[in-house]
Amino acid sequence: MSKFPVRTAIRDAIAEEMRLNPNVFLIGEEVGEYEGAYKVSQGLISEFGNHRIVDTPITEAGFTGLAVGASMGGLRPIVEFMTWNFAFQAIDQIINSAAKTYYMSGGLINIPIVFRGPNGSALQVAAQHSHDLSALFTNIPGLKVLAPYDSADAKGLLKSAIRDPNPVIFLENELLYNEVFEVPEIDYSIPIGSANIKKLGSDITITSFSRGVHAALKAAELLEKENISAEVIDLRTLRPLDTNTIIKSVKKTNRIVSVEEGWMSSGIGAEIISEVSSKAFDYLDAPPERIAALDVPLPYASNLEKLCIPDQDSIFKLCMTLF
Amino acid sequence: MKQDFDFSSIIDDLGGGRLLAKNLSQFTNTVLNEKTVYSWKQQGIPDKWKPSIIKLLIKVGANIPNNFMPPGMNINNFQDNFSKNTELLNKYDNFDDSDVSKKQLQLFYEKMLYLRRFEERVGQLYGLGLIGGFCHLYIGQEAVSVGMEAAINKDDSVITGYRCHAHLISRGASPYKLLCELMGKGDGISKGKGGSMHMFDPKNNFWGGHGIVGAQVPIGTGIAFASKYLDKSSLSLIYFGDGAANQGQVYESYNMASLWRLPIIFCIENNQYGMGTSIKRASAGTDLSKHGESFGIPGYAVNGMNPISVYLAALKAVKWVRDGNGPIILEMKTYRYRGHSMSDPAKYRTREEVQKMREEQDPIEFIKKKLIDLEIYNEDKLKSIDDKIRSEISGLAEKATNSISTSEKYLYTDVLSENYDE
Repeated sequence: MSKFPVRTAIRDAIAEEMRLNPNVFLIGEEVGEYEGAYKVSQGLISEFGNHRIVDTPITEAGFTGLAVGASMGGLRPIVEFMTWNFAFQAIDQIINSAAKTYYMSGGLINIPIVFRGPNGSALQVAAQHSHDLSALFTNIPGLKVLAPYDSADAKGLLKSAIRDPNPVIFLENELLYNEVFEVPEIDYSIPIGSANIKKLGSDITITSFSRGVHAALKAAELLEKENISAEVIDLRTLRPLDTNTIIKSVKKTNRIVSVEEGWMSSGIGAEIISEVSSKAFDYLDAPPERIAALDVPLPYASNLEKLCIPDQDSIFKLCMTLF
Repeated sequence: MKQDFDFSSIIDDLGGGRLLAKNLSQFTNTVLNEKTVYSWKQQGIPDKWKPSIIKLLIKVGANIPNNFMPPGMNINNFQDNFSKNTELLNKYDNFDDSDVSKKQLQLFYEKMLYLRRFEERVGQLYGLGLIGGFCHLYIGQEAVSVGMEAAINKDDSVITGYRCHAHLISRGASPYKLLCELMGKGDGISKGKGGSMHMFDPKNNFWGGHGIVGAQVPIGTGIAFASKYLDKSSLSLIYFGDGAANQGQVYESYNMASLWRLPIIFCIENNQYGMGTSIKRASAGTDLSKHGESFGIPGYAVNGMNPISVYLAALKAVKWVRDGNGPIILEMKTYRYRGHSMSDPAKYRTREEVQKMREEQDPIEFIKKKLIDLEIYNEDKLKSIDDKIRSEISGLAEKATNSISTSEKYLYTDVLSENYDE
């Protein structure tokens, strides 16, 4: 094992897959000469050249549609959105073109493509740069949706995403880019669709994904001090959701809290609680609960912003109400 | 800055004060007095007139003195890619009637007639309730698809919007499978899951069949990107309508296509109405062939009711693109006789307008007359071809009608591909 920040893990996944398959290329704003707005693509242009690391104009709808067409033409595009907020400009091409073509063509045309970039809130970038699109994309058949937390998962899942024959939404997090985690030194990939139990426990299940996992783990430490043993599940893949792992855990702990940084309404938590209610209802000793971003566009001011996103204290408090 | 020229020579280069006043007035849509222009000989040309004068100098091919430029401008502001590319395109030989063989005329007739009879039958089947949903017929526009197809290769890619039946058939897709798709049958080209607007035939290099107006334009641009990336010689032919021409992503595509010199023919099928809105009410600049100007994409307007004009224009466009010059725009001035879709109140145009087009500009009638005038076919032969096409389509329609509905087993298939070996 060696230690890398998430940023490097993502870059390495891209580079390794590009070395393996000449038809894989990276396209997006500032990915080449600027080496990525968040420096994720650092060094790639010097290895692969501007033929395969393609700087685009600021034209999200255009280059997303272009990438969909390129995948029809036999390539495997990795589309970087500078942040996922800007993908709203391109949402039609993602949903109507990338996600639906395989079905509408009766299986004649598949679209192997990865859409990736930082998702959700960062620090004080306000509502238009803090949107968490996780729940939105999980609503769409024809897409796979990944939201890794640590470096090993980011690398292993991105490699699977690039090899996948379908459109894959890969949600990164700006605040995780600098976080350092262990990464296996062997060649590996992580299968899409499997959650990971980050901490074993027996009294309550906490599910989360992306940066939410960090807060969930911290909350579990607080619970430990109250002699409550929390099991923390990193969902990793949001669609298809690994409900088996969640249900199995709930059957053991009899309590569940879902944590997400997106909004509550029709969110990931709603989906998880619905699954738990129908598949493990008799095992529940307390109502299934969820915590999410407050139901407002994310404010700019630091104190207000902090109030909006679930943290270890708010998760801890919610968990305590279930005992 | 030291002046190394005198204003009077510039004015003389442009035909003297009187002519320059007239030209500038026309050019800028303002009234400019002749005496004012004469006075410039002594007093100098005001900066605000310089850009227009530079454009006129370029037009007549006169020399432009270096420090004549108004502040903050240089010659590159005027000699953009457009003028270079247009100039270059103009030097390309035009193809003429001698490039159209007898055989080609026969094919134009047969293929256009096939498309017309096919769409007429589709209209009937829709009327009988055998086809559902949205259905957009191509009747009237046949010359475009047939003329363009004759100029490209099978390796080239074609993509269009939802008025796609004709383009599929022109590419070589099975008309039976199309009819099955329209009727939601298991033999349908998309197993009955796409319908009229979403049909694909990758084996024949046809990439849809797209239901969102204009969305096919960046996708087709991406197919050209892949062609260039993979070092292939194939081009991408992207059809869209005058309605789609107002979508932002069309201009995003123009920009990238020109920036990266992608092998693309942007073929605008201007049938004068985006659904029920006439182009005059929808486009601030109705000269769609020129919409690529600032991107350096040359273009020209073509009589899209005449398959020979379409074909000859397409030959030139194909040569332009294959020579590595980047994209080109062809604006096909065409007309659809039927409604936008099957549910069209047609209140936005008069019956007389449609009737006039049918009577005076019908592409099939035009070719028919040509074939007779050139004594290639006589009336009997033309009629026998029509009869043969009608009976073939009748047979296919009957077979499709009687084929089985698509299976419920297809409901959950083709959502995600599991084929990881590709």
